[in-house]
Amino acid sequence: MAADNSTAGPGREVAVVAFAQTVHRRSTDQLSEVELVLPVLHDVLKQTGLTTDRIGFTCSGSSDYLAGRAFSFTMALDGVGAWPPISESHVEMDGAWALYEAWVKLRTGQADTALVYSYGKSSPGCVRDVLTRQLDPYTLAPLWPDAIALAALQTQALIDAGLADERALAATAMRSRRAAEANPHAQLRGSADVEELLKQPYEVRPLRRHDCPPVSDGAAAVVLAVGDTARALHTRPAWIRGIDHRIEAHQPGVRDLTESPSTRLAAVHAGAFDAPPDTAELHAPFSAQELILRRALDLSDGTEVNPSGGALAANPVMAAGLIRIGEAASRIQRGESRRALAHATSGPCLQQNLVAVLEGEQ
Amino acid sequence: MKTSDLLAGIPALAGAEPVTRVTIPARLDYTYTPGAAQSRFLNALTEQRLLGERCPQCTRVYIPPRGVCPTCGVATSEPVDLPHVGTVTTFCIVNIAARGLDVEVPYCYAYVLLDGAHVGLHARIGGIPHDQVHVGQRVEPVWREPDQTGVQSRPSLAAISHFRPTGEPDADPESYRRWM
Amino acid sequence: MSAAVNPAAVPAGPHRAVGQEPVAVVGVGQTRHVSARHDVSIAGLLREAAVRALEDAELTWADIDAVVIGKAPDFFEGVMMPELYLAEALGAVSKPMLRVHTAGSVGGSTALVAANLVAARVHGTVLTVAFEKQSESNAMWGLSLPVPFQAPLTAGAGGFFAPHVRAYMRRTGAPDHIGSLVAFKDRRNALKNPYAHLHEHDLTLEKVRSAPMLWDPIRYSETCPSSDGACAMVLTGVRGAARAPRPAAWMHGGAMRSEPTIFAGKDYVSPQAGRDCAADVYHQAGVVDPRRQIDLAEIYVPFSWYEPMWLENLGFADQGEGWKLVESGVTEMDGDLPVNPSGGVLSSNPIGASGMIRFAEAALQVRGEAGEHQIDGARLALGHAYGGGAQFFSMWLVGSERPDS
Ligand SMILES: [Zn+2]
Repeated sequence: MAADNSTAGPGREVAVVAFAQTVHRRSTDQLSEVELVLPVLHDVLKQTGLTTDRIGFTCSGSSDYLAGRAFSFTMALDGVGAWPPISESHVEMDGAWALYEAWVKLRTGQADTALVYSYGKSSPGCVRDVLTRQLDPYTLAPLWPDAIALAALQTQALIDAGLADERALAATAMRSRRAAEANPHAQLRGSADVEELLKQPYEVRPLRRHDCPPVSDGAAAVVLAVGDTARALHTRPAWIRGIDHRIEAHQPGVRDLTESPSTRLAAVHAGAFDAPPDTAELHAPFSAQELILRRALDLSDGTEVNPSGGALAANPVMAAGLIRIGEAASRIQRGESRRALAHATSGPCLQQNLVAVLEGEQ
Repeated sequence: MKTSDLLAGIPALAGAEPVTRVTIPARLDYTYTPGAAQSRFLNALTEQRLLGERCPQCTRVYIPPRGVCPTCGVATSEPVDLPHVGTVTTFCIVNIAARGLDVEVPYCYAYVLLDGAHVGLHARIGGIPHDQVHVGQRVEPVWREPDQTGVQSRPSLAAISHFRPTGEPDADPESYRRWM
Repeated sequence: MSAAVNPAAVPAGPHRAVGQEPVAVVGVGQTRHVSARHDVSIAGLLREAAVRALEDAELTWADIDAVVIGKAPDFFEGVMMPELYLAEALGAVSKPMLRVHTAGSVGGSTALVAANLVAARVHGTVLTVAFEKQSESNAMWGLSLPVPFQAPLTAGAGGFFAPHVRAYMRRTGAPDHIGSLVAFKDRRNALKNPYAHLHEHDLTLEKVRSAPMLWDPIRYSETCPSSDGACAMVLTGVRGAARAPRPAAWMHGGAMRSEPTIFAGKDYVSPQAGRDCAADVYHQAGVVDPRRQIDLAEIYVPFSWYEPMWLENLGFADQGEGWKLVESGVTEMDGDLPVNPSGGVLSSNPIGASGMIRFAEAALQVRGEAGEHQIDGARLALGHAYGGGAQFFSMWLVGSERPDS
């Protein structure tokens, strides 16, 4: 595609013009990864009327460890129809970071449209064990502290600091899953009330089952476009006003787990504090993490948090962050939000965080 | 700076032997599922059928089918029963055993283009000295006989032991030139 | 240009997208590549390369705005998303950190992602690092992990690529000894590169030619080693380059191209994605005759036969003629198109880093900083990487002059 000279070079405006996701499920035994991804790719192309040969750049996010095989992303590429050959890249990260790489590519002026997709099929392995392999291989991984145990440590720290109690956690879980009743893609929809939730046994104290995310298989895709190209592809593009990501130290022992300074720093760089958002889609797989993120982002009661139900309602690892951006963009495109914040996380106890601010046309 | 020099600066560690290797076994179990298209293919193998799938857009026939035409990005769904004969389009002789591969070395690893297919099937060529394997050679599958252990009843590519020459004259290079 | 080019691969409009910040390489660092670095952890290995790149640029960790890291599959070391654990060691705490994985081409792709951060003016100065510590696990095992429901026949990468080498030999009529000539040349070049893994002082052409066949037609001697190693670069813009203590290498073009792993009509010998990627890079740099205009190339050649194959794919030779450049000595250190003066992947192969080493060696050459394997007067150099089933390509052209000057 020829460069869109009206907005050439750094500083060009980039928008989300299409988003699609699967109905997330505990297991998709009958589908290979490419069969899982194909429908969402077709969906976003159909929404924009674009074909693969008119996409300037393609970027995906996925994990070999989740799939249980090396080079797993190479087969998913079949779903794109990469012929003639395409300009394409892949991050071994959540799709939110694939979107970031695509955003950078569009900002250089080398492309005007980008297809971003990601997928996670957790069902072949035990995701709780798989995620332990993310830890320092010499000092932490040999201890096999799983993702739930680490989240429990974080949650206990929050409770001990007087910043949350089990009732507040249950209320967060309940609100998320009740919001998910309106989301046909969510895996867990609806919730018992707080009193009922608090009667349940602990999974890993202080976490009960409702404080933890479901194990999900799912995929998502987004189309980005610049300037007038975006306006031509959607009547109401969701403009990315700012996007940034930051990482913290890895060792949970050297971090104050009750705070998320990398989220706050990313939000500062993304311009999130310039004006309050009316909507926030936060990638908080555990209930306590939503509370930590709300504080890091100074979210008030005026901001609706996770109207989709968030990761507590569906958590396809590697796609759940991209879905937050897609959900926020969809709210803007539907006219339900004027300014939305989207957040994605990676690593143990919110180690790495991405924040994007999206707005409709002014 | 050498590790020993670094340690010398810390009185409690002076003279300590640096740890240069630890072995940390890790085991993760995965249960793979083949997906819809490969399931159809694998199930057909148990009946000694070679089932490919045709792309509705470019009409190319893929075997094994992966559910998607990789150049068109659309689902393949029209099943195509392929004949049990094909052509060697290229090959190599493997003289090195890889851990986890249950094949005796040396063996001949080849691409076999089944008649009517547009991608080569990865296969072992047997029943012939390796120096007689050549590009253009016509070959056919040798199926493993169903055995008592029930291995055959499970859908698997192990249903085909290897390919062997049919004895026919070599294929016309034009018949496979575009699909090698 | 001699090789066929898909016109759709070349974007219309200006050579390079207008308004981009010119990208300069001001620091390069790598480790001495060896089969097993027992003296350092994964973090220590990376840090060694990163510190050397910072020292070359005379910068400190505080000068770095973001870190982009790349490596091949996580199974090679047995650490999932190792960038998380590496945040402290790479000085990335409180900074953005991206992790790229595009199979064997990843070292090149990682550098290009980092370069785009500078080109888009998202960041001023970026550290990019790629590595593999194959001794921590077993890469041959990682490459041969049984792919579910496929015939378990490809013993490592050599098994995968050997049939395509045979197809090349058959298609072009190249004589059998070409592969050995390339291997002998690259191993000789490696003697001049202190970072190279293989330093085979007693090697003779006869020894190369009589080595056993591993994956006939590929000999043991024509195969890359398995290495532990890392490579790092510091990339910056015009202002950063002005402050740099040593000459910068300027990026004149960069591109990635991908095609499917397996498809009807795929040309494994000369993949379209490679041709298109080269065409895009040449177009950005205004190169119309790569053979004449480019001074040297660092090409990803893990099996020696890939040198003539890529010479054709990259447009340095006509179809079927690549082996003649090898045979006539054109690609020797003193030929008129030296290929892999560093010794190449055939002499050092820390998989995830191998592509970045190609990019970095190209940069060292045009900076005049390549030491004993410096090619005199190198002004424009190609760095090339490929991966997957010869389906992912990443390349850059770097020059001694600013592209807009
Ligand atoms: Zn097709």
